[in-house]
Parts: sequence; C-alpha cells; structure tokens
Amino acid sequence: MAAKARVQSNKIKHHYSVGFYIWTVVKYFSLVFFSFSAVLPLVSCVITAFKTDAEYKSTNVMTPPVSWFNFSNFAKAFTTANMGNAFKNSVIVLIFVLLGSILVGTQLAYVLNRFKFPGNGLIRNLFTFAALLPGIAMQVAVYEIMTNLHFVNTLYGYIIMMMGTDVISIYIFIQYFENLPTSLDESAIIDGASYFTIYRKILLPLLKPAIVTVCILKGAGTYNEYYCAQLYLQDKQTLGTVATSLYTFTGPLGNQYNMICAGVIISFIPALILFIVCQKQIYNGIAAGAVKG
Amino acid sequence: MSQPASAAVGTAKSNWFHSKNGRKFTVILAFSILPMLLLFVFTYLPFGEMVKYSFYNMRYVGARKFVGWQNYIQLFKRKDIVGSLLLSLYYMGGAVIQIVLALYLATILSMKAKASGLFKGLIFFPYLINGIAIGFIFKFFYTRGFVLDTVLQWCGFQLDNLPYWLKDQSVNNWSLVYSSCWRYLGQNMVLFIGAIMSVDDSLYEAAELDGANRFQQFKYIILPSIKTIVTLNIILSITGSLSAFEAPFVITGGNNGTGTFFVVMNKVAHTDQKVGLASAMAVFLLVIIFICTLLQKGLFKFLFRNATTDDESSAAKKAHKLAAKAAVKEKRLAAKGGK
Repeated sequence: MAAKARVQSNKIKHHYSVGFYIWTVVKYFSLVFFSFSAVLPLVSCVITAFKTDAEYKSTNVMTPPVSWFNFSNFAKAFTTANMGNAFKNSVIVLIFVLLGSILVGTQLAYVLNRFKFPGNGLIRNLFTFAALLPGIAMQVAVYEIMTNLHFVNTLYGYIIMMMGTDVISIYIFIQYFENLPTSLDESAIIDGASYFTIYRKILLPLLKPAIVTVCILKGAGTYNEYYCAQLYLQDKQTLGTVATSLYTFTGPLGNQYNMICAGVIISFIPALILFIVCQKQIYNGIAAGAVKG
Repeated sequence: MSQPASAAVGTAKSNWFHSKNGRKFTVILAFSILPMLLLFVFTYLPFGEMVKYSFYNMRYVGARKFVGWQNYIQLFKRKDIVGSLLLSLYYMGGAVIQIVLALYLATILSMKAKASGLFKGLIFFPYLINGIAIGFIFKFFYTRGFVLDTVLQWCGFQLDNLPYWLKDQSVNNWSLVYSSCWRYLGQNMVLFIGAIMSVDDSLYEAAELDGANRFQQFKYIILPSIKTIVTLNIILSITGSLSAFEAPFVITGGNNGTGTFFVVMNKVAHTDQKVGLASAMAVFLLVIIFICTLLQKGLFKFLFRNATTDDESSAAKKAHKLAAKAAVKEKRLAAKGGK
C-alpha cells in the first residue's frame, strides 16, 4: 500500500505543479531584471561613446549610434586625459605594489604560521585592529607623514604607502600555510636546509594558488584605487593613474559625455579582460577573503 | 684578563646564532621587520598623531595651538556634521536591502538555472569598475532626460513628474544609495553563493529525492549553512554605513545635502585645512566603530554560542534522516522494478 502511494506521488511530481511554473517565471524574471539593472548604466555608456558630437546633442541617449565604428571619441579621450601616460604609471604601480605585498605578505604569514614566539599573537592582533580603521579617516594624519617623508607627488611614495599592510592578503596566505603540512619543513631541516631556503624553495612555489588569488584581488584594488592617488599624486598630467586621469573630464569638459563615456570605458577595459580570463579565481578570492570576519 | 672572556662570549654568540633558536630568531626578525615597519608608519603612527591633532587648532603647515576639547565640542555644534551622521541611516537601509537581494539572487543561482554563469557575471561586474568611472557613469545616468528618465518614460512615466535625481533632496540620497548597491550587490551575491556551495551536495540531492520544495530547501538547508556569513554582513553594514564615502564623493561631491560624515571630514581636512577638527571627527568615528565592533563581537558570540556543535549535529542528523529515507525509497523502487 505504502509503496503504491509513494510511486503515485512520484508520478505527480513528474507532471510539474503550477507552483513550479510560477517559480520558474519569477526566477528568470528576477535574473533578467537584475542583470538588466546591472548593465543598463554600462550599455548607455557604450551607446553614447560611439556618437559624434552632433549626434550626441540631437538624439536621445538610448538611441543607438549611427556607426558602431566611430572610435574618434576614444582617441580624443585617450589624448585629452593623457591616458597613455596614465596606463604606464598604473602598470608601474601595479608591478611594484604586487611584488612588494606578495613578498612581505608571504614572509610575515610564514613566520606567523610556522613559529611560536612571544609576540606572535600581538602581531596578529595589531593587524586585525588596523583593519578596523577606515583608510579615509587615517589619511588626515597619513598626509602629514607623507609630506614629512617627501613622498607626496612621487610614484615611489605612493607605491610604498600602497604596499603597506593589507590584512586580507596576509590572512589568505596564513590560511594557505595552514594547509601545507609541517612535515615538509621538518624533512628539509633534516636535510640541512635553512629556514630561508625552506621558505624560498619549498613553500613559496606551493603557495602559487594563493599568490594568484592575492594578485587578482589586490591588483584590481590597486588599479581602481583613486582616493590616495588623487591625494598623493596631485600632478595628474604626469603622475595620474588610470583612475585619476579621468578627473580631466571634470570642469569645462564635464558635459561632453560622449568623450567621457569613451574614457570611462577605456579605464575599465583592463578590468573587463581580467574578469573574463580569471572569473573563477575572482569568485574564489572573494569567498576566501570574506571568511575572515 | 678580559680577552678570553670576551672571546668566549663571542663564540657563545656565534654559536647561539647558528643554534636552532638563533636561526629562528633571525628569520623571524628578518621576515617581520618590514611589514611591522610599514604597519607602524602608515597605521599606528598616524593614529597616534591624529589623536594628538584632535586637541589642536592647526593647519598642515604653520603654528599649532592647543585647544583642549574644543574640536570635539564643535563637532556637535556644527549642523553639517550632525546632519551627516543621520545620512548614514539611508546607507544602512540600502545595505539591508542589498543583503536581502543578494541572498535571494544567490539562492536562485545556486539552484539549477539556465545561463546562470552569464547572469552571475553581469550582476557581479560593476564591482570591478573604479570609483571615479562609477561617478561619471551615474552622473550621466541621473542627468535630466538621460538614461534613467528615458527608461522610466518607456515605462509610461511623464518626464515632468520625475524629480531631479541628484538635486532633489527628497530622493538624491536614495539615488546615491542605489549606485552603491549597484556596485556591491554582485560582490555580496558571490560571497553568499560561495557559502551556499560549501554545503555538501548530497544534502540537496537527498532533499530533492525526498520531495522538499524550493522554499523548504532554502529554509532547512541553505539558511542554516550561511547564517554566520549573513549575520556577519548585516553587522558589517553598520560600520560600513557610518563610513559611507565613495558614492557622494564622486557623484555629487557632497552637495545638495548628500555630504556623509567622511565627505564632510574630507572637506574639512583638505579644503578648509582645519586639521584639528577633521582629526577630532576621525577619532570620534573610530571610537563609534570600535564600540560597534565590540558589541558585534559580543552579539556574535551570544547568537552563535552553541552554533558549531549545533550546526554540525543537526545537519548530520538531517542528512542521515534524508539519506535513510532515500535508501528506503530506492529499495521500494527496486522492489517494484523487480516485480
């Protein structure tokens, strides 16, 4: 009897219920609606970036451009905002900030994870507390220090400041070290390796996935950073990064949106490429960085 | 007389350096000195300085005058500062809506949906755009007769009935909150998807076999597994709202009543150069954030006092129950098929 009822209920399940159809409609409606809301501002930007000045003034913003091959706004934006130079600066900043933070981060994580010493807990707490302090509030006083160190308006000053300590990457490295068995270290010590060799030759290569994650997260953060950049790299024509070079479009140029949109698009193309290539690592990195709390 | 002794000390020293402890000490020192120096110079030194500045009447250059608590008193007397604190309520509201939506979308996307990768990518991508670009995108978006107005006109609204999104003080803070949600919704969603995905797949399979509907799956499997991260995000949104900065800074520059606490602080520090007052503002907010964090930690401990053991045992029990049911069902089906 019971078996029969079971089978029947199973049959009913295969003719999907009304609720199932409603749910499907609601589900896809939500997905389409929110995706549309997410891309709408970007789509309007793309449309406008391909319009000539005359077209921009005479047509509605959502009317498609006459030609999708009108790249003149992109060229104009690129030269007006001196974006070639900005890309160069951003690449320099990125390379050194990433190298620096990976070196510093992996070394500190190695020491904190592999050695018990007085002060280990204190160092961890100092970093955790530092993460609580909002960066913008701190800049009121950091500005004074940057001035005294003669770091203002120099790329290296900005790089050193940005290298500063980022708790999330240290946390990701420590988490990774926890998964690497200490027996690796122990057998190397028996073979006579120094601690530095263990770090450099054995553990660092194994950290590669964590390094990739940190590179992507910190890289995107550094590339997009603009508050400290505008504060400490004030000469935007020569020292502008890609983000701050967009400041050129404020003021008298502020209503030429066809050129501004082109500039905006140029500025996020590297992020778009990164996203398309490393989608999975980005998602994983966000999940990994968030567990911290 | 003293020579042999010092030589002995010398060898003892070099021995110590080559001993296990000595080598440990060297590597610890070598590897932690640089990060600690950076942490000191760019975090703790300015933190100390800031506390000091908050008692002075000063600019970045020139004479400084000790004024005691004057800056802190002024903080509560200036209308723009007190008003800016109230603005954080808008951002708190936005943060709650954002978490609910992110949770909803994460649930949908972690169940079976066609093209879920595409939807996820589209909703997430705004997170990777730089702040200044977002400023321009939304200035353009909200301009009279431009993107938002056009879309609303498609939906049948009259342009004359629509407000000026960035000027009208009854809506402009919501406009800014929307831009902030637009930027961070995808990031929240990806975070929640990650948490949902970390649940053992067999739980969903068992539940589905057992005929649990979507809502039951959400309530009994998804929600318990991600309640920690959701609570954490709700709590974080409080400090996040108090320190809301980017949207008003890049979109309206804090004009027309959109200046949040940090936007006002930024202006006081770098435009008006009232460094003392700005430091007092920063310290004041840091104290509030610190208190919030302590309360959060306490609340968190209270909420999840038995969480780990409870979660595990109840999840395990449920899994066993479901698995047992599934096994029984399979047996019955097999018996039926055998006939």
